[in-house]
Amino acid sequence: MIAELETSMTDCNEVSAPDYRPLDELRALQLERLRQIVTRSYQNVPLFRQRMVERGLTPDVIRTLDDIARLPFTVKADLRDNYPFGLFASPMSEVVRLHASSGTTGKPIVVAYTQEDIATWTSVVGRALAGCGLHRGDVIQVSYGYGLFTGGLGAHYGAEGIGATVVPTSGGHADRQIMLMKDFGVTALCCTPSYFIHLIERAAEMGIDMKELPIRAGVFGAEPWTDEMRRHIEQGANIEAFDIYGLSEIIGPGVGCECRRHTGLHIFEDHFYPEIIDPETGEVLPEGAEGELVLTTLSKQAMPMIRYRTRDITCILPGRCGCGRTMRRIGRIGRRSDDMLILRGVNVFPSQIETALLQVEGALPHYQIVLTRSQGLDQMEVQVEVTPNMFNDRMGALQTVHARLQAALDRVLGIRVRVALVEAHSIERSEGKAKRVIDRRNQ
Amino acid sequence: MKIKQLSIFVENKPGHLAAPIRLLAAEGVDLRALFLADAREYGVLRMIVSDCERALERLTSQGFVARLADVLAIKVTDHPGGLAGVLAALDATGIDIDYMYAFPCRNADQAVLLFSFADVEAAIARLQAAGINPIASDELLKL
Repeated sequence: MIAELETSMTDCNEVSAPDYRPLDELRALQLERLRQIVTRSYQNVPLFRQRMVERGLTPDVIRTLDDIARLPFTVKADLRDNYPFGLFASPMSEVVRLHASSGTTGKPIVVAYTQEDIATWTSVVGRALAGCGLHRGDVIQVSYGYGLFTGGLGAHYGAEGIGATVVPTSGGHADRQIMLMKDFGVTALCCTPSYFIHLIERAAEMGIDMKELPIRAGVFGAEPWTDEMRRHIEQGANIEAFDIYGLSEIIGPGVGCECRRHTGLHIFEDHFYPEIIDPETGEVLPEGAEGELVLTTLSKQAMPMIRYRTRDITCILPGRCGCGRTMRRIGRIGRRSDDMLILRGVNVFPSQIETALLQVEGALPHYQIVLTRSQGLDQMEVQVEVTPNMFNDRMGALQTVHARLQAALDRVLGIRVRVALVEAHSIERSEGKAKRVIDRRNQ
Repeated sequence: MKIKQLSIFVENKPGHLAAPIRLLAAEGVDLRALFLADAREYGVLRMIVSDCERALERLTSQGFVARLADVLAIKVTDHPGGLAGVLAALDATGIDIDYMYAFPCRNADQAVLLFSFADVEAAIARLQAAGINPIASDELLKL
């Protein structure tokens, strides 16, 4: 009875109301907002206006939603080239917040929010969390980094917005994260999936079984993760794991999120309009076809993005989700069009390596790919941290594990790569996104 | 009768052997016997220590991958033919040895042989039937 009551409470969470908007109303709202955002960008963003003029277009080209395909794309390089404020559509006096990417190469990417944008962001993250069954009374620990990265503050505002109790731990200090989870009775945690796996491991080392803690849900995003990783997390911590999607250029976390059906991620498309394109030709692909996700912000004031190419490879799932939401769903993102490695002519995605490693019992996904070049030939080494499960005092047993990892990788990749067993914690862990690939080929 | 042996995974790189040893030294853990088995890029450090439970807990809490395993200790007189005699008896029982190592005792004309068997219970039974009694942990640590 209590379980039923909880289900009905979460399903009826009032913040989720926009998720169920009738389709005809939703399409009408999207069209109206698309017209406004195109007009706003045309009037305020010189780059967009110039591209429209070059194509002989004006904002009134938008008569139906399908006309979006006639608009020019925006790419990441546009944000870099117009650093810092070149793509803003609002005067600085209306901008209340700036975020920026870490900027591993050269200048970072800057994004801006008006007061209204912050309210939109809060509401979409709130809808995402509500879809995960979280509500007032939940204690949500936000272990995404707070600061220039959008993860921490985005999740924080959304969680507060639904009336949950927020524990803003930010990233790092795993021991303290675990202590607070236990002492504060944390019921849900937001962080990257790789960081949560680190927390499970660390808790075990501290003699704490994560399965015994009150935490029942994890909302994980900011990096691609596999279904195997999900099973590993769910079993290791006895929680329900949700995939949340977002990117700073669009708003941050909260562009889309899984509901409790776990059949794809609902895009909050009253604010973010999704398209799937062929990454080579730019042609819009039909529902169900895999391609690059392109997003248009329908309501963002400070920095609208028209047809932003995310580089994330997915598809729009056909049909309606069993949960009743009208928001369309995308498939989980397994790879990005730019994280593909080409090794001796063979395409390799880090997610394939993850799948292979996880097939071998006892292998946690703490690994790193190191690319080198020797006598003109590319070499790949996959370093895998030895776990207590894999370790054995008998050298033969250890070598058997090593051989099984090697065989699983050979099978999945179809090319020979080197597997190295390394000590636990020897691969550097970033607080946010795991750095999976070290490329030393051009050194 | 079974002895707990502490095993630690170490990479075959400069400084990697010293790190766990330093930690055990800081804890005041006495190392009674030590053997390093090595593959090309990594090795297994096997040790008999004074307080294996505490050593394991400290190592694990510091992120080392370590475990305890059961081995058997057999005392022999430390003179030519001591080991050969035991091995002959073992051969006669047909027990498979996974690995072994040995150390001399401090004050006596004796040495201790440490054996890892695939099936430790069966090994105990067959050794005893052959008149060989593996020694207990407290006796081992006194030697």
